[in-house]
Amino acid sequence: MRAARVTPSLLPGFGPALGVTLLGLSLVVLAPLAALLATSLRGSPAAFLAAVTTPRVVAALRLSFLLSLGAAAFSALLGLLLSWVLVRYRFPGRRLLDALIDLPFALPTAVAGITLTTLYAPNGWLGAPLARLGVPVAFTPLGIGVALVFLGLPFTVRTLQPVLASLDAEVEDAAASLGAGRFEAVRRVLFPELLPPLLTGATLAFARGLGEYGSVVFISGNMPMKTEIAPLLVMTKLEQYDVAGATALATILLVASFALLLLLNRLEAWAAGGRR
Amino acid sequence: MTTRKKSFSRPAGALAATVATVATLLSLRAAPGAAAGEARPVEILNASYDPTRELYRDVNAAFAKEYRERTGKDVTIRMSHGGSGKQARAVLDGLQADVVTLALAYDIDALADRGLVKPGWQARLPHNSTPYTSTIVFLVRPGNPKRILEWADLARPGVSVVTPNPKTSGGARWNYLAAWGSVLKAGKGEAEARALVAGLFRNVAVLDTGARGSTTTFVQRGLGDVLLAWENEAYLALAETGKDRVEIVVPKTSILAEPPVVVVDAVVDRRGTRAVAEAYLRFLYSPEGQRLAAKNHYRPRSTEAAAKAGRTFAPVATFTVDDLFGGWRAAQKKHFDDGGLFDALFVNR
Amino acid sequence: MKAPRSREPRAVRLLLIGLAFATIALFLLVPLAAVFVEAFRNGAGAWLSAVSDPDARHAVKLTLLVAAIAVPVNAVFGLAAGWALGKFRFPGRSLVLTLIDLPFAVSPIVAGLVFVLAFGRSSPLGGWLTRHGIEVVFAVPGIVLATVFVTFPFVARELVPLMQSQGTDEEEAARVLGAGFFTTFFRVTLPNVKWALLYGIVLCTARAVGEFGAVSVVSGHVRGVTNTLPLHVEALYNEYAFQGAFAAASLLTLVAFAAMLAKAFLSRHAGEEAP
Repeated sequence: MRAARVTPSLLPGFGPALGVTLLGLSLVVLAPLAALLATSLRGSPAAFLAAVTTPRVVAALRLSFLLSLGAAAFSALLGLLLSWVLVRYRFPGRRLLDALIDLPFALPTAVAGITLTTLYAPNGWLGAPLARLGVPVAFTPLGIGVALVFLGLPFTVRTLQPVLASLDAEVEDAAASLGAGRFEAVRRVLFPELLPPLLTGATLAFARGLGEYGSVVFISGNMPMKTEIAPLLVMTKLEQYDVAGATALATILLVASFALLLLLNRLEAWAAGGRR
Repeated sequence: MTTRKKSFSRPAGALAATVATVATLLSLRAAPGAAAGEARPVEILNASYDPTRELYRDVNAAFAKEYRERTGKDVTIRMSHGGSGKQARAVLDGLQADVVTLALAYDIDALADRGLVKPGWQARLPHNSTPYTSTIVFLVRPGNPKRILEWADLARPGVSVVTPNPKTSGGARWNYLAAWGSVLKAGKGEAEARALVAGLFRNVAVLDTGARGSTTTFVQRGLGDVLLAWENEAYLALAETGKDRVEIVVPKTSILAEPPVVVVDAVVDRRGTRAVAEAYLRFLYSPEGQRLAAKNHYRPRSTEAAAKAGRTFAPVATFTVDDLFGGWRAAQKKHFDDGGLFDALFVNR
Repeated sequence: MKAPRSREPRAVRLLLIGLAFATIALFLLVPLAAVFVEAFRNGAGAWLSAVSDPDARHAVKLTLLVAAIAVPVNAVFGLAAGWALGKFRFPGRSLVLTLIDLPFAVSPIVAGLVFVLAFGRSSPLGGWLTRHGIEVVFAVPGIVLATVFVTFPFVARELVPLMQSQGTDEEEAARVLGAGFFTTFFRVTLPNVKWALLYGIVLCTARAVGEFGAVSVVSGHVRGVTNTLPLHVEALYNEYAFQGAFAAASLLTLVAFAAMLAKAFLSRHAGEEAP
């Protein structure tokens, strides 16, 4: 922002367009969110603190954060593999594979939830063999992780793909011709370029996973202290007439979302800066 | 700069458009809601808890028929099902339910506390406004391989228990109090009761949010050795899945579960549906209503109705919440509120 | 785009492709297959009767109605945001952009909760609405609002960066040649971004049709009145009607499929719009 005014000034329609934008934003997003903040600030700060530091709330927040983080990291790894294969190789079925990546994004979360639960239950297609190996999936933290990886996959693949495609393979060749080994070329040339989109994609997956409800609630088992995720606890508290507790926890989740968005903005700026 | 000044003078049109859109959205449902007058077919909404889906499907059809024969008017009963606390919460927040038929009195007390239902509601209809009762039984795997016969067996090491979460499910609170009360009823003290319930919840494998979710987990997903369930829910699961999949075990003592029904005064007075809503609830006490309750595995208040439906219920020595826990408010405060005994069980495990 | 040359040994390449196929199969194809296997477990007749049940039909209608309101609202909003934020620089612009993105990161449960808090009977506004017989939450308007909220960023997210990268040269040229705002917008700007707009609309529609968490909080779950298709799936799932639940789920999966294909098609065109 070089000057504190609107640029350019030649085009018309800035006022109405910004008016509609801000009005929509205020009515649909900001006013309801303000209602949440107002409700949660109605109590004293001490009450707020007490509500979000009970062992059960802390356990739910820790579970949600750790699992979303782990799932985001795993999605990033899988995303790296998938985007690499989709961008660098040509093989039959590539187009179909590419289109399928969006399935978790397009599939309603409730459908994903009941389907994954059916698959990974101890008597499901995948759950039965896994259970015989002594790895129960559904109704354990692992099951939640599976649902979150499913959910996060499109985000990591779709952020990596364009960057990988834009990277000139010639640079790797040049590095190779200068005597760098394959591993060295990847580490020195590719990795710095891929790190920003990798982190961006993982952050998107993390943000989505942290708040996810539909695909997780069926498979999670919902045990307090063990497999109860934070969004479910918001619902639970509301249902037992604990509005203050529900809004306090919801506020924590909201602040986390906002912080993640700010982080994403920084990451995107970093990625843009690095490429230019 | 001139452009900016000029262009800011035009957001009025955009503002008007947006306001119009919002107004249209708001009016969408308002019209049919207000139109529930005389000539139109009457529509009432029954917000109920999870396991009553099958019961009210029968009751609603029978009542609509009876109402048309008696008054010549058509009535449509809409249903909403969910956890008992969730439903009460929704009504508190504005769900326009004419009647609520919930899992326990505490959830209706919550409506009374906020003025939606008039005080003293439980004396309005016979039998504590509870037209049918149930009890808590065990659903086990075929042949009962873990030999689960009594409440004490649930706390044994190596027994995997499925029950919904007492925080969100009314049925689960009955489960919890049934276990607790069985110890008191045997002449033992609070410490023993606490030990049993702690052992029981240490054995819990999955804690679904609602009674129906737990049944699904146990029956369809094959998790756990024993499901704590409403008697009606257990019989329904048996009917749905067959005797080769699950068996019912009835303990010697259990709780008398009384799921109450009430007209939501604030809603019926605004919508003008009090007469039909009250007739609907009274129908539950009629011979036909009682027969349908028995048919759907609820224990009717009238024993003739049970006989007529061809139903016999296993004898259980029951106790009530009032007998052993001093009523729902006291039980809720001591056991299920945040920081109560149930929380302590989970935090200290 | 020129076909990239691969630098890895053939064995490595085949291994990676194999791993990619295995991942996709395990994570995406098996769940997809499971939906349809469960949906047709009792034959095509049972599937047909499940999806033509009156409650299911109403749920489909309601879902379409909600999408039919939410998607155009967000398309108009996205275009306005694209114009204001893509073509102009002004103080506070990046804050507005972040706020537009917010619904994407907010938990659906929180999204539903805020509407209950704002319009529920216990809030001042909700109390006033209830007294005047206007239902917002636990009725269709609440479902629409929650859906608009969760799909809010999708069109704007596509249009703002594109319109920003396209710059203002063409529009300024049109202005110099004497075109008014509407001529400039509809003849110059809109054709330049039409594929990206459609792309955003597809994403928005997919999410609007499939939203579960937020809608579940504000719906009230009244069968035949406020149950959208995803909520109908949940209701059936809770009634021992597994086959019915998956039959309804298969409809949603088909919508998701259509969205995926449309997205794949559009993303090729949308790529051409980038300068």
